[in-house]
Formats: sequence, structure tokens, C-alpha cells
Amino acid sequence: MPIEIEIPILSADKREWKRPAEDIEKDHTHELLFELEAQGELVVQRVPEPYSEVDTKYGRKKKIPLQHTWHHKSCGQCGHIPGYSTSIFWLHRQLGLEYNDPKDQTSCTAWNYYASATSNAAAQAAVAVRNFAAAYESGYFPLIHCGTSFGHYKETRHELLHHADLRKQVREIMAKLGKQLVLPEEIVHYSEWVHVIRDRAAQKRVYDCSKITATVHPACHYHKLVAEDAIYDREIYGGQRSAIVTSTLQALGVNVADYSTWFDCCGFGFRHILVQRDFTRSFATMRKIEVMKNEANPDVTITHDTGCVTTLDKSQFAAKAHDRNVGVPVMSEAQFVALAMGAHPYRVVQLHWHTTEYGALLEKMGIDWKTRWEEFQGDLEAIKSGKKEFLTWEDADAK
Amino acid sequence: MEQTRYTVRNKYSDVPYEVKEQLFREVKSDLRFTDYLYGCYECGICVAACPSARFYDFSPRRIAQAVAREDVELIYEQMNDDVWECSQCFSCNRCPRQNSPGGIITVLREVAVKHGLRSAKEALGAYGRVIYKIMSTGTQVSPDMLQPDAFPDWGPQVLDVSKNLDTWRKAIPPETLHTTETAWEIDDKTIIELYLIWHMTGVMNMIEKVDEGLYTILMDVMEEKLEEAGYSM
Repeated sequence: MPIEIEIPILSADKREWKRPAEDIEKDHTHELLFELEAQGELVVQRVPEPYSEVDTKYGRKKKIPLQHTWHHKSCGQCGHIPGYSTSIFWLHRQLGLEYNDPKDQTSCTAWNYYASATSNAAAQAAVAVRNFAAAYESGYFPLIHCGTSFGHYKETRHELLHHADLRKQVREIMAKLGKQLVLPEEIVHYSEWVHVIRDRAAQKRVYDCSKITATVHPACHYHKLVAEDAIYDREIYGGQRSAIVTSTLQALGVNVADYSTWFDCCGFGFRHILVQRDFTRSFATMRKIEVMKNEANPDVTITHDTGCVTTLDKSQFAAKAHDRNVGVPVMSEAQFVALAMGAHPYRVVQLHWHTTEYGALLEKMGIDWKTRWEEFQGDLEAIKSGKKEFLTWEDADAK
Repeated sequence: MEQTRYTVRNKYSDVPYEVKEQLFREVKSDLRFTDYLYGCYECGICVAACPSARFYDFSPRRIAQAVAREDVELIYEQMNDDVWECSQCFSCNRCPRQNSPGGIITVLREVAVKHGLRSAKEALGAYGRVIYKIMSTGTQVSPDMLQPDAFPDWGPQVLDVSKNLDTWRKAIPPETLHTTETAWEIDDKTIIELYLIWHMTGVMNMIEKVDEGLYTILMDVMEEKLEEAGYSM
């Protein structure tokens, strides 16, 4: 017969972690960036004021712009889960923060770089710098929607700062395009912006989130690629995990529940999600969704990257057909914050592009999704009949 | 003194050692290489964190070790048999020696593509349409790629999207998102600049090595637009 023993579990947030002073000195990126600018090797686009300063992993203060931002959109968000990008824009509009949604922007092409390797360091750096130069020319500061773009641009910045030959090659390519070698003072992910506006968003919350339990999936390319440039906060997980997303949910009053496989990736795999999905489905459901269900039974799981939302959401259909313990709605924190602030679940958050059943979550938040769906059907009829060409921002906010 | 090389097996004995050595030299001379490899404690933290190691016979540690000890035969084998299993999530960056096995794999894959290795062609066989999309339009995925025959395991919701695609895209407030063939609306000038980057950085040569048909189609599409914009191929 097994003997029951009581094992004391140390809670991470009760321990005190002190950051050694020398940790801050580990990150020389900005020193080098400004040195090269002074030598005329590149142009640095400054973070516009007003900005907030937040701690990175080793204590460097990172500047996060509040507005006047150039939105570096994400292929997967805009293409397959458009409520993600729409919610980011909607939050800016609701908070009265100015932004630019450019057409002079390509994908970072990093999804393909990590999936197929049909590229190289010079091509990736040139694509990145072309986009940065376009932002610089517009006068707006880049705000990057995709976690992979964010991680990859940080890698690219590192390569450009440390390799003179690469800088020379990219400068020559940019000269042929009539552009300069521009790098932004900070590479900023939109979820860092959400992190700094979270209290303002919480003040505008119209639905009670206190009954909602959420799990958080931190995006790999946000906190594992060039890890020192991700946001940490000693008040969140004792500073032992990235604070992003959890900080925002807590500000809204959501109960954030932990689960043991939080560090695991979602199973996206870049190549796998498109052509080898047996791996993606298995990993997403067996290592993430089922573990969350068994350990935390959340109403929703929230993440902050394109691939993670897609993988965790879409993979559940096949698993459900096999009677696996799945059924957790998935969305980005931008979409969840928008819902909490009263955004229309279809006109703004565009939940009809998501697969896993989300009705129970909305009902628990107090959102009458059935009426909203009927309203949206009216919009679609108006578009089909030609009465309306497009749904506008004014339509989206109509009461 | 002549060095003796020990290998457990030599799966690709038909490929001359010099060829394999040349490929490794290219890997080692890549500017990213020195940032991705510092040594290996053989601790296995990378394997413990690796999603692909859970579902495939795959080990980021074996790859880091083979590259660290410059085992040319094994590296060639891994370049053919292992590297395409990697998820590129970079969980292996947890390495206490600050290695990036995932980064090493990116470089190994690139060299495999550049030399048109059979395994690279096989791995990318079904992926060509995605390469075509990103290289020709500037966005990796587009709304019209959501078709039930491409994503049968995602359930009937994909059918809803494809049936209602035009209307649903018009029912999104941001003006840049009313597109179906690209993820967002991109200026022609921007696409031209992207094509020039692909040509000037040797990416088109890589595509030619791995998929000649795709290369021909891409060149046709690009040539037309570049010529319209006043560039000669």
C-alpha cells in the first residue's frame, strides 16, 4: 500500500529573487547600436515620446512607445485570424492613441525562413531593414504584431551589429532601393505595448472578468529568442518568467491559473503546421491543451503570437473527434482585452474565424453573443446586397 | 601524423568525404555559426525542452555535439535525416553553454537547400506553394489558402471561411485587410523592392537548386513586374 507523504511545495512568488548587478551589463546591444550610429554606419530611429520604461530580463530599461506607431502586421494574423490585428487597432482607437497601418510593409518572411530555409542571413537582414526604413520614412515607430517577427528581428539586429560585412552588404542593397540602413532604438512587440497600457484598458473594462480562469501560453519566439530583450516584472511569477500577458490578465481581474507545461512550445513547428500537422496536432493537444484541462480547467487560454493562437485553436477539432480531453477557446490577449472593454465579438474580435467553441466563455463574461451574431449577419447581408461596401470602424462601434 | 576517424556507421558512404567536408566548411563559415555554438556539457537540457524530441527520433544535443566535434560524416547524415524534424521554437536556447542547436539547424538546412540535397527537396516537396506565396506576394499565408482540402483536420469551420471568404473579408474594419490573395494590401513598389532583395541576396539561386519548377514560375512572375517597373533581369 502506498504511503502518503506531504511534500511542501515552494511557491515561486513567495521567494525573493535578487538580480546581480552585473546582469544588467550582459546586454551591450544599445551601446553598440549608438556607437555604430556615431560612426555613420547606420541610422537609429528614436522611440517617440511619450513612452513607458519597463524592465527586461536582466534589468535594462526598455522604452515602449504609447502612440505614433507603424504597425508591422503579421501574415498569419491578418490572413487567418484577422480579429487579432483588428483588436490591436481597436485598442489604440479606444484609448485615443494614434497609429499608422502601412501598405509599404512586407512580411518579415521569418515563418518561411524557419520553415524552409530557402533564405539566408543577408536576405533576412535586408527584408528587416527595408521594413524599418519604410517605418522611418513615414515618421512612425515600428510596433511588431508577430512574435516570430519580433524574435527574428532581434536576431537580425544582433547579426547586423556584430558583422561589418553584413552591414556593408545590406547598406549596398538599401542604396539600390534608395533607402538607408535603419534600425529602431527598440524592437517592440505589440504585447509589450498592451502590457504598458493594461491599467488604462482595465479602467475601461465593461465586463466582469473575476469569474474567468485563464491559462497563459508564452510565445517561444517572444521569450526564447534573444531572451534578454523580453519584459520581466518581479511582481509577476517572482520575475522568473516573462510578465507579458499574465500582467494584462491580472489587471483585468482574471484568475490566471498555472500548469506544468507552460514552457513547452505550442507545436506550430513552422513547416509542420503547413505540411506535417500530425506532429503539430499531437503536441498541441497532448502537451498543452490536455495538460491545461487536467491541471487548471481554464475557461480560455491566452497567448500573444500568431502561430500559437492558430495551432492551439485549430488542433483541437481532430483531437475532439478522438474523445480527447480538449475544448479550451484560444485567443490573443489583445482580443480578450477588447472583449472585456466591450468590443463586438464579430465586428471587431472576429471570433467566427476561430474553431474551438467560445460561447460558454462569452456567456460567463456576460456577453450576449447570440444577439451579436445576429447583428453581424445583418452586416453580411448588407455587404452581399451591395448596400454597404465594407464594414467600417464606425459600424464596428455602433451600439 | 594521420588522423584516424571513427564512426559507428557510414550511411552515406556513396558520397565522397570531400563533398561532405565542403558542406561542413560552408556551415562553419556562416556568420551566424559562432553565435550558435560554444561547446557542449552533454547535459541534455536542450533535449528535455525539445518538442520534436518527444515525437521523433531526434536530438538537438546529438546535432550540437556532432557539429562541435566536427564529425563530418555524422553531420552529413543529420543534414539529410534529422534537421527537418526540428520545430524551430528555440526552446533549446535554454542551453547553459548558450548554444543554439535550433540556430545550428537553420544553417544546416540552408546549406542542404543551397546544394539541393535530396532530403531538402523531399522535405519541401509539399511546401512549394507556401514559398511561392511568400516570395511572390510578400505575405506568407493568405485568406484564400484556407480551403477544406488543405486543412481537413481543422473541421467544418474552414469550409465556412472558404464559402464566405469575400464577404467576411469585407466585414473587417481595417481597410488594409479587405484582401483575399494576400494577408494585407501591399503597395506594388514594396513588392518590387522585395523581388530585388531576393535577387541581390542569392535566394533565387537557392530556389533553383531545390525546386526548378517553382524557380521558373517565380522568375516569370517577377520578371514581368520588374520589367514594368523599369528593371532589366
